[in-house]
Amino acid sequence: MASLVFLEHHEGELQKGSLGALAKAAELEGGDVAAVVLGSGVEELAGRAGRYGAGAVFVADDPAFEKPLPQPRVDALAQLVGEHGFDTILFAASVLSADVAAGLAARLDAGLNWDLVDLVREDGRLVGKRPALGDTVVADVGWTSEPRIALFRSGTFEPKETGGEADVRTFDADLEDFSSAAVMVEQAHEESTGPSIEDADVIVAGGRGLGGPEKFSLVEELAQALGGAVAATRAVVDSGWYPYSAQVGQTGRTVSPKLYVACGISGAIQHKVGMQTSSTIVAINKDPNAPIFDFADLGVVGDLNEIVPKLTELVRARRAG
Amino acid sequence: MKIAVCVKQVPDAAAPKRLDPATKRLDRSVEGAINPFDVHAVEEALRIKEGGGGGEVVLVSMGPAKAGESLRKALAMGADRVVLVTDDAAEGSDLLGTAKALAAALAREEADLVLFGQQSSDSDGAVLWAAVAEKLRRPVISQVAELTLADGKVRGKRQTEFGYDVIEAPLPAVVAVSDAINDPRYPSLKGIMGAKSKPQETVTASDLGVAADEIGESGKRTEVYAVGDPPPRGDSVKIEDDGGAAEKIVEYLVERKLI
Repeated sequence: MASLVFLEHHEGELQKGSLGALAKAAELEGGDVAAVVLGSGVEELAGRAGRYGAGAVFVADDPAFEKPLPQPRVDALAQLVGEHGFDTILFAASVLSADVAAGLAARLDAGLNWDLVDLVREDGRLVGKRPALGDTVVADVGWTSEPRIALFRSGTFEPKETGGEADVRTFDADLEDFSSAAVMVEQAHEESTGPSIEDADVIVAGGRGLGGPEKFSLVEELAQALGGAVAATRAVVDSGWYPYSAQVGQTGRTVSPKLYVACGISGAIQHKVGMQTSSTIVAINKDPNAPIFDFADLGVVGDLNEIVPKLTELVRARRAG
Repeated sequence: MKIAVCVKQVPDAAAPKRLDPATKRLDRSVEGAINPFDVHAVEEALRIKEGGGGGEVVLVSMGPAKAGESLRKALAMGADRVVLVTDDAAEGSDLLGTAKALAAALAREEADLVLFGQQSSDSDGAVLWAAVAEKLRRPVISQVAELTLADGKVRGKRQTEFGYDVIEAPLPAVVAVSDAINDPRYPSLKGIMGAKSKPQETVTASDLGVAADEIGESGKRTEVYAVGDPPPRGDSVKIEDDGGAAEKIVEYLVERKLI
């Protein structure tokens, strides 16, 4: 097996999810693996991957990779795979990595398995573990040809410090015309966040099922009564109902409180991966088919406009008494 | 402006989802519906057309012949016609086969803009647009929560792990929209009546010049070996509110010493 791990970076830091994928690849290889860093002014950053299990780090340091756009990265990865014959290419899920992985699969005519929560060797072949149907089943998936492309669910593996040193090998990537057609005119920066929801013991979260931004007061009042913090889903943050800093999910914070109360949240994978390790999940939703009921500890089918204010009152009364 | 919207038929949300133990594929014999995430892409296409873009909104889909029924909802919303790639040989296609067949259908349409929804509700796939854009050799923007068109370019605001990016690409381009981009309309009665007479064209993969070994089982590069149970989670309880749900939640939290 000859693995290549795609390392994502943002504002001078290698991303934790990518380093986790690197640790997984090193475990499977039983030693150092190759990694790739694409960016502008990233040679020193790339070297740091040695501490996390990368034996060789391929670096294309080029202004074309300054912005986190997927298509130029497909060109560079396809070139590396062609030149070095990697048979397995691993990605940790992110908005960028998913697009790179899928573009690369199409370019190389390679199989892509996504949303994997593990990758193991069984009966001499690589087997990915992929939850399906709202995580009610887990499928063992594989590849029928090489290279194999694997995209891990975000937050699946922890990085492991090995303290090694990487051989940094620079290369020049040839880019396709269409790959450079999209340009980034504004790039996201880490927003300053208020009190972090990552440390809260209790979180009350609101989704589209609230019906409108003004209904967040229901969520806020319940959070206050429980002494907890307020969180939101991507859909309501994208709609401008609540600030990005409160967002829980794949693009957003990952939280693990003792109690997570989900109000009007359907439980899409995007949200689930950010909160599924909460100790107790209570969900209130009027749609009995909402996927959140598949992983809530207590699911309540009903109208949150009725239930939440009453719940707030009862909690307040209990605390006061 | 010609806009193609890629849509998928998925099992209706109310139907029990199961995997066929023999094929390990999703049982699609149940009632079908249009993928709810795709409805946002249809809505966005209609808004562009109505907002002065003019032109045509074409639905492009791949699936069994009966998928046409589910796509009628999007026609009733206002889309102009359907191109459905349906082919026995395409059954069981993975990402690659699907991308090849859809790209071939889209290439034939020569649309200025190709729209996708943000994921499929049945497979949780959120990767198809990037593979299709690669096959079409066109720029791609994903997870777009706001879309604008001007001067032959499309501009999309996308949310990532770090906040919001704004990306611009020349047309023709491929864009995947998030479900926050709009609130889709409900079809009007007139729309529903009119949908029945709108053109629904069915094509096979070979009509599009896609070889049989590129799609379906023979074109697959991935496979499912086995399907098993997930690691157990603690007992879960589901109740329906009969007016006393708030009390039951409090009881539950007290029992677990959470309040």
